[in-house]
Amino acid sequence: MTTETSEAELAETFGCPATDSCGQQVLFPSREQYLEVIGALADAGYSMCVDLTGVDYLEYFDRPLPEGVEAERFEVVVNLLAIARRSRVRVRVQVPESDASLASLFDIYPGTEAMEREVFDMFGISFDDHPDLTRILMPEDWLGHPLRKDYEVGRIPVQFKGVSQ
Amino acid sequence: MSTDTDNTDNTDFYSRFQAGTSEGEQGLRLRSEISAEELMREVGAVLRMSEADVALLEDHPDDDETMIINMGPQHPSTHGVLRLMLELQGETVLRCKPVIGYLHTGMEKTGEQLTYAQGSTNVTRMDYVSPLANELVFSMATEKLLGIDDEIPERAVWIRMLLAELNRMSSHLLFMATNGMDLGAVSMMIYGWREREEVLRFFQEVTGLRMNHNYIRPGGVAADLPAGWRDSVMRLLDLLPDRLEEYDTLMTGQPIWRERLQGVGVITPTEALALGATGPILRSTGVEWDLRRDQPYLHYDEMDFDVIVGSYGDCFDRYAIRLAEIRESMEIVRQILDRMPSGNYRIQDKKVTPPPRARIDESMEALIHHFKIFTEGFKVPEGEVYVAVESPRGEIGCYIASDGSANPYRMHMRDPSFVNIQCLPHMMRGGLVADAVAVISSVDPVLGGVDR
Repeated sequence: MTTETSEAELAETFGCPATDSCGQQVLFPSREQYLEVIGALADAGYSMCVDLTGVDYLEYFDRPLPEGVEAERFEVVVNLLAIARRSRVRVRVQVPESDASLASLFDIYPGTEAMEREVFDMFGISFDDHPDLTRILMPEDWLGHPLRKDYEVGRIPVQFKGVSQ
Repeated sequence: MSTDTDNTDNTDFYSRFQAGTSEGEQGLRLRSEISAEELMREVGAVLRMSEADVALLEDHPDDDETMIINMGPQHPSTHGVLRLMLELQGETVLRCKPVIGYLHTGMEKTGEQLTYAQGSTNVTRMDYVSPLANELVFSMATEKLLGIDDEIPERAVWIRMLLAELNRMSSHLLFMATNGMDLGAVSMMIYGWREREEVLRFFQEVTGLRMNHNYIRPGGVAADLPAGWRDSVMRLLDLLPDRLEEYDTLMTGQPIWRERLQGVGVITPTEALALGATGPILRSTGVEWDLRRDQPYLHYDEMDFDVIVGSYGDCFDRYAIRLAEIRESMEIVRQILDRMPSGNYRIQDKKVTPPPRARIDESMEALIHHFKIFTEGFKVPEGEVYVAVESPRGEIGCYIASDGSANPYRMHMRDPSFVNIQCLPHMMRGGLVADAVAVISSVDPVLGGVDR
């Protein structure tokens, strides 16, 4: 593990905006920087990826974002934990609707395998180089991605596997 | 639900949701069905190893030497509806893939439809063995967004701690029961359930329900502790030490028990960290990490307790850690009993807390206010927050993105079982199929939390 690199310094190195949300550091890398930034954080002692999830901002597009971050429909949120330093950092990356894909963190944190599959299943964001990108919670022949905001609650007839429509 | 959709044109109806993705099979595929390169990637994915590591594995059997079998989802020892696909060579497990989702009811989506005031009813049903940890983390996240996390009355904080620790005990007692049952120590099952029931009886006294309490709510707790609560807790604390001694006699020192657990399902610290495992699994490898001590919340920084760690990372360590954690939790409960303050059990902030029942009878405004909180809920400022606490199974986290309305725009629960279950293939590889049950049991997954 390298010596203490503060998250703010890292953010400056990559030129990505950073904010503080309820006492936690949040970084906003672009999609191109995403892997590099996460890799640098992993080298800086963030040995564990505790959580990876997605948000669909379709109905709340004008959310507050720091300057220099262009809002897109989807956001992937990654929570990292540095055990030795007892600190957390959150990475929020914008993913456009037109090309809903992002690099996979599998090679850095193998534990994200299931979390990325969940985001894929629920939001339809695909992860490049993910070894096994299949649905995880919904049946494999399910249509649609339930946590998208345009997937209405209660209007979708229950789909049964193996029954022709 | 509207009935205006005609079932005959469902294809058009569904096509709105098509995202142009191609979803493959979730199950484990035969080796002959996939190319060598794909196989390597798949074995790596299943075992969470890099391709270079997979290439070093020496077993490349043909399909006629191996067999893929399904374990679950109805197998009694798989803790609910977990389905494992196992590739066996003789009695040895080569690959294993957990297939989950049988209990998925879209609770994160439901959470977006409910107000913050209703939210804890929803989250308490996720990890139903430790419902109070779910409610606690949801309430703490909401309070953080509201900016009232420093203003929660002292008594509410201590009540929360008391219940969180008792919940850890009841959850670990259930683990003792199921772990015993899975390994054939059936009498242990009865003992574990019996002691857990004692704790649940206390929960019933306090919250009205044995499970799914909806007791810890944003702003405090739902009601004050009932008269005589201290005696009930004392009775519990007097009762348990002898029973735990019995467990030690029955299992810990017993040769058969040790043979079944020691050296089974081993995981190293590096692997556990890479896989994101938390709780007793991470601690069994010797990594000292307990959020109660390392990132203290509530008043855990004022409590005196030990973080129990193992050294081998095997099933026995995970069993012993949980047994010792019951004793540590009892220590914490004793300290809480000594220090429980009096005062309000919920914040006196009109925005969050409904007026007391008596006020409603005498004031029209109070009635309207009460009605509004329960119908419209309270508005929470814009922002996003991630809060984590130590549940009996590991780190449970709650991520809420708020758009300033009374419903969470997005509510995500990071459930420890969902992540911990990914360790199974790693722990099972190369072991016997008979040990597979011991491994599942030692991870202690709760499928309600896995699938949400």
